[in-house]
Amino acid sequence: MEPIRDIAVVAFAQSDHRRTSDELSEVEMLLPVLHEVLDRTGLKAGDIGFTCSGSSDYLAGRAFSFTMALDGVGAWPPISESHVEMDGAWALYEAWTKLLTGDADTALVYSYGKSSPGSVRDVLTRQLDPYYVAPLWPDSVALAALQARALIDAGETDERELASVAARSRADASANSHAQLRGPVPQGDYLVRPLRTGDCPPVGDGAAAVILAAGDRARELCERPAWIRGIDHRIEAHSLGVRDLTDSPSARLAAERAGAFERPVDTAELHAPFTSQEVVLRKALRLGDGVRVNPSGGALAANPVMAAGLVRIGEAAARVHRGESDRALAHATSGPCLQQNLVAVLEGDAR
Amino acid sequence: MSKEPVAVVGVGQTKHVAARRDVSIAGLVREAALRALADAELTWADIDAVVIGKAPDFFEGVMMPELYLADALGATGKPMLRVHTAGSVGGSTALVAANLVAGRVHGTVLTLAYEKQSESNAMWGLSLPIPFQQPLLAGAGGFFAPHVRAYMRRTGAPDTVGSLVAYKDRRNALKNPYAHLHEHDITLEKVQASPMLWDPIRYSETCPSSDGACAMILTDRAGAARSPRPPAWMHGGAMRSEPTLFAGKDFVSPQAGKDCAADVYRQAGIADPRRDIDAVEMYVPFSWYEPMWLENLGFADEGEGWKLTESGVTELEGDLPVNMSGGVLSTNPIGASGMIRFAEAALQVRGQAGEHQVDGARRVLGHAYGGGSQFFSMWLVGAAPPTS
Repeated sequence: MEPIRDIAVVAFAQSDHRRTSDELSEVEMLLPVLHEVLDRTGLKAGDIGFTCSGSSDYLAGRAFSFTMALDGVGAWPPISESHVEMDGAWALYEAWTKLLTGDADTALVYSYGKSSPGSVRDVLTRQLDPYYVAPLWPDSVALAALQARALIDAGETDERELASVAARSRADASANSHAQLRGPVPQGDYLVRPLRTGDCPPVGDGAAAVILAAGDRARELCERPAWIRGIDHRIEAHSLGVRDLTDSPSARLAAERAGAFERPVDTAELHAPFTSQEVVLRKALRLGDGVRVNPSGGALAANPVMAAGLVRIGEAAARVHRGESDRALAHATSGPCLQQNLVAVLEGDAR
Repeated sequence: MSKEPVAVVGVGQTKHVAARRDVSIAGLVREAALRALADAELTWADIDAVVIGKAPDFFEGVMMPELYLADALGATGKPMLRVHTAGSVGGSTALVAANLVAGRVHGTVLTLAYEKQSESNAMWGLSLPIPFQQPLLAGAGGFFAPHVRAYMRRTGAPDTVGSLVAYKDRRNALKNPYAHLHEHDITLEKVQASPMLWDPIRYSETCPSSDGACAMILTDRAGAARSPRPPAWMHGGAMRSEPTLFAGKDFVSPQAGKDCAADVYRQAGIADPRRDIDAVEMYVPFSWYEPMWLENLGFADEGEGWKLTESGVTELEGDLPVNMSGGVLSTNPIGASGMIRFAEAALQVRGQAGEHQVDGARRVLGHAYGGGSQFFSMWLVGAAPPTS
């Protein structure tokens, strides 16, 4: 579906993603990122028409955790603002709809997550069906391993291919100063068969922010805006037992609705925290060998939960800004084994 | 480019109670959704997207529960968004859903908010000690009581005004079959004799803790034309936020609330809210917030709000009825409370409010707030479609 208004990502900033950030509160981690993204456009907080963020109380370990982050924005005088308890990619989606209505011409989107204070593998089990599944505490790595096993059994991949995804991602991350794992990383021992430590994302803390602008405002703020040609997201059934884990129909449908299949993309930033999930997504999103996948290193190089999806959109947009891509696909995921997926198609003006 | 008009064509609520032990969380939300679909005479297949809201995930102990609720809400294969803006979330959720229609992303959207507070203890869930942050003391009442006291001191309002609000709202609730508290033997004397919880807030001037869900079907002009019952039309909607604490913050009448109302009135062409708006469903978790919000929302001059309450203007039969449904004081599934205000406003202009219907209600305001009096969401709905 063609959006009724041209809206672009005009700026992106992110923190250095690190294993721990004990010395920083969420708002202290976020503040420099907000300053940086505003500086890139010359906008001040008060110039922004709409602000939207994504974060999780469960990760922060306290109710209403996002209210403190608002201090980093400086919401005074009062601002038009909203929050989703989702990855920041969905906060961007909400901001995009706000700009579509014409009520605002610019939007600030941010998200953050600190996984270091707890055991994120255990925390994520609280996302599961609270009556039948969560009491068993199946953790995120174990569930991803089920998916990887299903893929291998179906002949869709093997451990060698998974290892090559891991190696390529960390090698590409060498050029990304924000990444947590950069350069050669050993595949290591099995964490949960068939996944080895190298197949799994690093656990860490981080934040990201994006500025959206509509029409001429986007052209004023950015030399080469990354126009959102389409954006859509879809969710699947929750129970793993009713899903084909070797496929991602929700990612495919979101891509179709976002117009991703109308013309080939040259770049894709996929939110695939596990190597096996890149295999699933490449197939669902019909990404051929000619597509540059995760030049940033992807979530295998840095996976700040709640921000990693927004980082994908930001990384794809930044490549359009720099002229390194003309048409890029950005993807974000949520839930166990890619239950929910968002796809955005970003384009630069012809050069 | 103009916005697509947004209409409410379906409303559904559960019977709000202290504990719904007979249903799961999925069962609770599905009940409200099915009632909204039935009201609109639509099926799951007619829904393009689902927007769900609730307050902190800790209340039920499920992280990002929309993932688990996708099946129960018929969302598989569809877009599903989860909003969380503290106590204002029910209102914010409806506004996010409305934007999907107004921005022509989708034609028909299901929006729903819930809380199943019996799964935990909400008061202590709101009282987590946070290092280097001002403690909220014992529950929300401990936080808000000093601001009520400040209002009384600032305006010279007599001590009895709070009990009048509670007495009115609890009587209104008797006319609302979905309200949680049905205190058939309520008297003003009983309210005034109830134990003091957080001085000056008494037990009977405090909201209950409820299990409940509220759902609405929002649709575009074409969808409204197919509606079997009169739609409610959205004439304006806005959100505003300000920080929790800062030097100079006015807790009694926060600037964000004033700005939010002004934005809604501008969109809806309201010059004088007292004259142009027929009734209000406002978020009053503690009785004294009725006069406080009457001033904040521009229905009374500063210092005069309590006089409207005292003189009966806000009674169901009054000139400006407030919380005809019984309000948050009678029903409080926190995450849903904002949406219930929005939905009750829609029911009024649709003429579907039953025993608590205000005759001839044409324009009604729905209001929600949350956090430390810092997050506001409001909408104004009308019986007639917007003219612009």
